[in-house]
Amino acid sequence: METLAIYAPKLVTASDYIASGHRACSGCGEVLAVRYVCKALGRNTIISNATGCMEIVSTPLPETAWEVPWIHTLFENASAVASGIESGLKALKRKHGYTKEVKVVAMGGDGGTADIGLQSLSGALERGHDFIYVCFDNEAYMNTGIQRSSETPFGASTTTAPAGKLSMGQHTQKKNMPAIAAAHNIRYVATSCSSYPFDIMNKIEKAKQIKGPSYIHILSVCPTGWRSASNLTITMGRLAVETGIFPMYEIEDGKYTLNFDYPKLRPVEDYLKLQGRFRHLTKENTAEIQEHVLTEFNRIRMLAGKKIK
Amino acid sequence: MTSKRVGIESSLAVSEAVRLANVDVIAAYPITPQTHIVESLAEMVANGYLDAEYIPVESEHSAMSACLGSCAVGARTFTATASQGLILMHEVLLVAASLRLPIVMAVANRALSGPLNIWGDHSDAMITRDAGWIQIFIENGQQAFDQTLCAFRIAEHPDVLLPTVINIDGFHVSHVIEPVYILDQKSVDEFLPPYKYPHPLDPDDPITMGCFAAPNLYTEARKALDASVRASKKVILDTWKKYGDLTGRYYNPVEKYKADGAETILVTMGSYSENAMIAIDDLQDEGKKIGLVRLRLWRPFPYEEVQEALSAAQNVIVLDRAISLGGPAPVCSEIRAALYTLDKKPQVASVVGGLGGRDISPDNFKTLIDLAMQKLKAGETQEIIMFGVRE
Repeated sequence: METLAIYAPKLVTASDYIASGHRACSGCGEVLAVRYVCKALGRNTIISNATGCMEIVSTPLPETAWEVPWIHTLFENASAVASGIESGLKALKRKHGYTKEVKVVAMGGDGGTADIGLQSLSGALERGHDFIYVCFDNEAYMNTGIQRSSETPFGASTTTAPAGKLSMGQHTQKKNMPAIAAAHNIRYVATSCSSYPFDIMNKIEKAKQIKGPSYIHILSVCPTGWRSASNLTITMGRLAVETGIFPMYEIEDGKYTLNFDYPKLRPVEDYLKLQGRFRHLTKENTAEIQEHVLTEFNRIRMLAGKKIK
Repeated sequence: MTSKRVGIESSLAVSEAVRLANVDVIAAYPITPQTHIVESLAEMVANGYLDAEYIPVESEHSAMSACLGSCAVGARTFTATASQGLILMHEVLLVAASLRLPIVMAVANRALSGPLNIWGDHSDAMITRDAGWIQIFIENGQQAFDQTLCAFRIAEHPDVLLPTVINIDGFHVSHVIEPVYILDQKSVDEFLPPYKYPHPLDPDDPITMGCFAAPNLYTEARKALDASVRASKKVILDTWKKYGDLTGRYYNPVEKYKADGAETILVTMGSYSENAMIAIDDLQDEGKKIGLVRLRLWRPFPYEEVQEALSAAQNVIVLDRAISLGGPAPVCSEIRAALYTLDKKPQVASVVGGLGGRDISPDNFKTLIDLAMQKLKAGETQEIIMFGVRE
């Protein structure tokens, strides 16, 4: 990775398909991730975007930041719209001489993916449409004011699951969306993170080669909702990976590969202490999180055929 | 023009129209009683009689959402639904209109929960009244076939580009086998030009669809859409004229039946109009000065035609097959609004009946008219008459 960083930027296209001047918060990890995703997708792409941060920051009428064809309709239906686009293009090719090779991509936040959009995503994956679904997971409904989602991590304080005298905030574990996607027996599922541009681009490249549905879940650092310093966005994502809180892996035809493993994971404390959403946690809470993270990381290690350390 | 007269279930006649329109994409979820329409389309696709992508989606919400996508890339798109399915789609219907996507949909109208009731009425159509779709009601299988073909031409016309729904009474029309003239492919091809969406999602000319509008632009966007829905009437009239010239079957936004010179006019919408016609025949034979007016175009609402058809009458009786709980019956309220600006206005009685599949036979219509006439004579027109209700 270290040597790659020296020369790899020269191999990356200078073309961007989401223009600067959008209205994302300073330090937004999600819009960075979107930028890398679009670089790897290239221009022959049609995007169906769920309602959420990326839609709001990029398209206040009459402006747009998108330089690829892009459609937003509603919150819960990005995958269903993508199904229609893909089927429409298939019919146009077969019947009306349409010749372009276009990749259809649906994208949404964690709420638009794991909560309200789960049904339409499941339907589209099951039907086998040729499309990529990208979930930009910033772990709560940030656009509407930091409300909890099923992707909010255990212990985080949000506006609808706040920490209080009788509550430590979110008391449920993060929903395992990659496993849900993989349960549809699709050919490619991967996790990635906004602090790892080459990883994102490589995984999108792989997904592009798949005929059929693929699913990529990208942890996207949100300084606004996580109450972390906006200049620490890249650090935060790296800490999420290096502590094992967010394992980076791929599931190809059912086979797991752990992309980033470490002889020794960093303590979760390193990640939690930099974020206001975890500030209320006690030592016992932190210990509980630490234990769960190790269990989950070892589970992925086992699935990837590695020895448990 | 050649056409073949066949005995066919009205649902299947709709499917035949969709096949003749050579649609590219059908997305549908099985909600009875529209099921026969999409089942027969699936069968046509499976057997190669229709070259289309058939998306068997997991909900009505996704059915309409998939239609947005396919229509936006320039594919001719159709779906069908009914009842709960239509109201589950409701959120998406508004987007289809605001994005100006000319999707065509058949709705086999029926009641809404609760209580659960799978039979016909117009509750579903009334709830989606304000969605920005062109909305047409039909009375029998032939009209269902004709209007489905017309719907594609209307919706996709470059001056319109609005989604269009054909309302077909659930079971009373959808499941009834009738003689229907099915047009030949050549005539349909002459009547219906190929779909050419002016601004498709295209990597060679990237556009953004579905921006959000802040308070400084939302009102303008809604005003523009409203103006477009109203302006679509010109193309609707032109399309119906062309279709009439082709087939001899002419359609109008408001259709009169023995209504000229009538003192009292009954107003109906949908298939119960045919029972009403029988009642009107009998009553005229008895010397009663009563006629019938049927509303075909529900949106855009045909104010001028309604005024023209009703202004000379002394009494108007409007039958609604839907109820607006705690408010005026929907069709009657619009008829009253249309008449309100006239100098000389007829009295209007409002009747709600035929809910959840309850029949209104020709004899029932006579009783209904009697009841309404009593109220009109007594000047009691504020209250809605719930017809046939067992107290």
